[in-house]
Amino acid sequence: MKLSIASAFRKSVAAAAVAAVMAPLGALAWEPTKTVEFIVPAGTGGGADQMARMIQGIIQKNNLMNQSLVVINKSGGAGAEGFLDVKGSANNPHKIIISLSNLFTTPLATGVPFKWDDMTPVSMLALDEFVLWVNAKAPYDDVKGFLAAMAAAPADAPFKMGGTGSKQEDQIITAAIEQKTGKKFIYVPYKGGGDVAAQLVGGHVTASVNNPIEAVSQWRAGELKPLCVFDEQRLPYKEPVTAKMSWGDIPTCKEAGLDIEYLMLRGIFMPPKATKEQVEYFVNLFKKVRETPEWKEFMQKGAFNTTALTGPEYTAWLGKAAATHKTLMENAGFVAK
Amino acid sequence: MEALSSLIGGFSVLADPMNIVYMFVGITLGVLIGVLPGLGGANGVAILLPLTFSMTPVSAIIMLSSIYWGALFGGAITSILFNIPGEPWSVATTFDGHPMAQKGKAGEALTGAFTGSFIGAFFAVLLITFLAPVIAKFALQFGPAEFFAVYLLTFCSFVGMGKEPPFKVIAAMMLGFALAAVGIDTVTGQLRMTFGSVELLRGFDFLVAVIGLFGVGEILLTMEEGLAFKGKSASINARVVFQTWAKLPKYWVGCLRSAIVGCWMGVTPGGATPASFMSYGLAKKFSKNGRNFGKGELEGVVMPEVAAHAAGTSALLPMLTLGIPGSPTAAVLLGGLLIWGLQPGPLLFVEQKDFVWGLIASIYLGNIAGLIVVLTTVPIFAAILRIPFSVIAPIILVICAVGAYTVHNAGLDIAVMLIFGVIGYLFKKLNYPLAPLVLALVLGDMAESSFRQAMLVSQGNLSIFWSNPLVGSIVTLALVMLFWPIIGAVMQRLRPGGEKPAAAE
Amino acid sequence: MTDHAHGDHATDSTEKTVTNRTMDVVVALAFMGLAAVVMSDSWRIGARWASDGPEAGYFPFYVGLLMFIASAGTLATALFTKHPDLGNFVDRSQLKSVMQVLVPTCIYVGLIFVLGIYLASAIFIAFFMWWLGKYPIAKIIPVSIGVPLMLFMMFEVWFLVPLPKGPLETALGY
Repeated sequence: MKLSIASAFRKSVAAAAVAAVMAPLGALAWEPTKTVEFIVPAGTGGGADQMARMIQGIIQKNNLMNQSLVVINKSGGAGAEGFLDVKGSANNPHKIIISLSNLFTTPLATGVPFKWDDMTPVSMLALDEFVLWVNAKAPYDDVKGFLAAMAAAPADAPFKMGGTGSKQEDQIITAAIEQKTGKKFIYVPYKGGGDVAAQLVGGHVTASVNNPIEAVSQWRAGELKPLCVFDEQRLPYKEPVTAKMSWGDIPTCKEAGLDIEYLMLRGIFMPPKATKEQVEYFVNLFKKVRETPEWKEFMQKGAFNTTALTGPEYTAWLGKAAATHKTLMENAGFVAK
Repeated sequence: MEALSSLIGGFSVLADPMNIVYMFVGITLGVLIGVLPGLGGANGVAILLPLTFSMTPVSAIIMLSSIYWGALFGGAITSILFNIPGEPWSVATTFDGHPMAQKGKAGEALTGAFTGSFIGAFFAVLLITFLAPVIAKFALQFGPAEFFAVYLLTFCSFVGMGKEPPFKVIAAMMLGFALAAVGIDTVTGQLRMTFGSVELLRGFDFLVAVIGLFGVGEILLTMEEGLAFKGKSASINARVVFQTWAKLPKYWVGCLRSAIVGCWMGVTPGGATPASFMSYGLAKKFSKNGRNFGKGELEGVVMPEVAAHAAGTSALLPMLTLGIPGSPTAAVLLGGLLIWGLQPGPLLFVEQKDFVWGLIASIYLGNIAGLIVVLTTVPIFAAILRIPFSVIAPIILVICAVGAYTVHNAGLDIAVMLIFGVIGYLFKKLNYPLAPLVLALVLGDMAESSFRQAMLVSQGNLSIFWSNPLVGSIVTLALVMLFWPIIGAVMQRLRPGGEKPAAAE
Repeated sequence: MTDHAHGDHATDSTEKTVTNRTMDVVVALAFMGLAAVVMSDSWRIGARWASDGPEAGYFPFYVGLLMFIASAGTLATALFTKHPDLGNFVDRSQLKSVMQVLVPTCIYVGLIFVLGIYLASAIFIAFFMWWLGKYPIAKIIPVSIGVPLMLFMMFEVWFLVPLPKGPLETALGY
């Protein structure tokens, strides 16, 4: 606890100093004047929560902010609670939110009124990959074999796909595979990615589309095997993960004969009506975070796609992603009436 | 005896004095977090996770897991003293713990709870040390149908007791189920009973309800009976610890049963809260003193605590070996592992020997340290009861409000807590039982979603619940538990010379 | 669970409020109303058993139905029993004591939204000690300021958990 007290004291001294310097200069460059709340629209322990707390740790360790950053989970209604909170906090620059795909899926699936452009986009941090996993004991080793076995499965015992949540990213990919192949899965929703991976090891489901970090340990232990990655190109990580393979050796689904791409946004937003200076401050802050060795190591361990966008490119990406989600969700029949 | 030599290696990791310091800091913080309702182990660990960023992984996990042990110990304190469960798993502790405090036996109840916790933890850590790989395989057998069977068993071992009118028992339990269903449906992603309200999106949290029903409700009842906590005159001295210890050995069968229930629920993972309820229910059914449960029976305090702490501790096992968290706190610790650059899973025991065995060794030491820390506080906490009501009551209400807020960082939850307080008061006066309501609220959601997952897997075929020996035997056991009062009566009737079954109360 | 013998007081007419039977009826009716709401909303989202198991509203619907039936049972028992419990639900003096806590607590919860939790807690503790405890100011001040201050240190400074704050904290820069 000493750490935090000491740093709080240092920060208040620093804040006083900053205030003293800033006073005559006016609002030249904006800096937070009090604790910044970092909203996570998901529960504790999930992927978004991990990333948020990781960022909090990096900022604290490297002293990247003059004020403290506190992580707050608002997971109600598949994250709707968190997004609505930010949407309703116009003109409050001391609040940021990390998003996952539920930014696009929740309003469509539940009809709760919020959209990505209700908030101020700050910066994309990374994109999370999805990999098609099967049990290591499965008789097929590639997508072709998987699809053939799926087509040959009897109608009363179709393949079971385990995934996180309902009408969210995992089920969207499942629906996309169904549309491409014309065969149905039974989609079984679980609470978290770790549960899904364990259920796949235990043979309770046939396949999953876990994020790399959720299933990597089971892969290394020879209990699961990856078939393909839902990205347009292979992952850039060449370090061996198992004795024979690295992340880069997993073929893309497209080259393996299943033309589907899906990436999950890990990005930062601010409440509406944030000024240019305020957005700039956070853009710079996250730029510094991304340059730390801790962040780079985290990206590699989790085999993230490290694309990072800001400004108009980010906005354009969001617009495109929102449209894609709308089409995918409509085709799958996931949109609330 | 490879495990033993590895364990000795683990203890050598602890020889670093800084690690011992972290352990004590963690335990103390954990007890504090456990005492504050709302700020649970999971929140506490998550909040302090970024702080551990600059430590070595071993030191970090020792500190964070010590917070967890502290929280597991600390949850019982407010349950016993003020009828406010500090943690979800200490709800069952209030059933007998608070009546004991009212009778002036707060010291005894606290000692029993802490010692029970320690016994549970010790049993669980022995299991982790020697049987980790075997147990991990067992956990993999659990699919949705098996999970549902476990929740069913928890229910069945708990219901069928109490002397309230059956109509009221059913109504209260259904209220719990209905409240649990509010919010987003995990299986279809539909909103249920939110009526377009943003505040209802997050549903009714078990802890908020419990703080209101038990904590605030208790204060209102105390007011009605005239401004005093009974048990004010409790004599408190250090000897109470040894006097209580002398009573514990005769409960060894119950302790063993509770520890097994706890380990099972921690590993599979069902969680510490169901474990504590199931253990309390079983103890009530099978103990000689079962009839007196709810009136302040030491056994009724010890059993749920043994199970809760055993479950909480063994929840680390699936986290380390499979990467699946056995409890919310374990989920956050799991995130911690990833942040420190470790990958939980089958290879962790092979590749990170120092880390794993350092952690296991710290569970032994941490729980001993925890027991010492909390036992020394028994006289202090018991002395709180001597503070006059007009001073302690507003402070308790303030802490309840803070607790209700911190569960979801939601202001409206404070108002919800107050409403539950009034409901708690009305229910007690009108003879509606609170326990079935609370149990339904905590298990309803999990039981329903695992049932429906099982139905998805089997395409609506109920025979999945008897499709293999594991799920079949749990379901059968659950049904036996449900009809136990009848079975017990029949068996007694059949036994020649058996006593006549006591008239129903 | 309660073992107070309310019947004893029933004779004292000044203490009379409502009978246990009336309260039983009121609460049972409230239960039935709630059950109706639960059932109607569950029916709306689908409460049938589909080909792949129960729909989202299936369980809540039957939960509502059971709640309705059980409460109807309670209602019938209370209305048609031969030995109605006409004992006093709560004595007037008892009700007064309960209200002495409940009303300030309600105001306190309201104040949290206006003043933030720290200031509201200080006022609440001070009021309670002064009104019910009749303590001298010298004892009230340290407790009523000390407790919120300790909470502030613990939550805002150590644990970095923000609690609801009001104008005072904003003025102080939090």
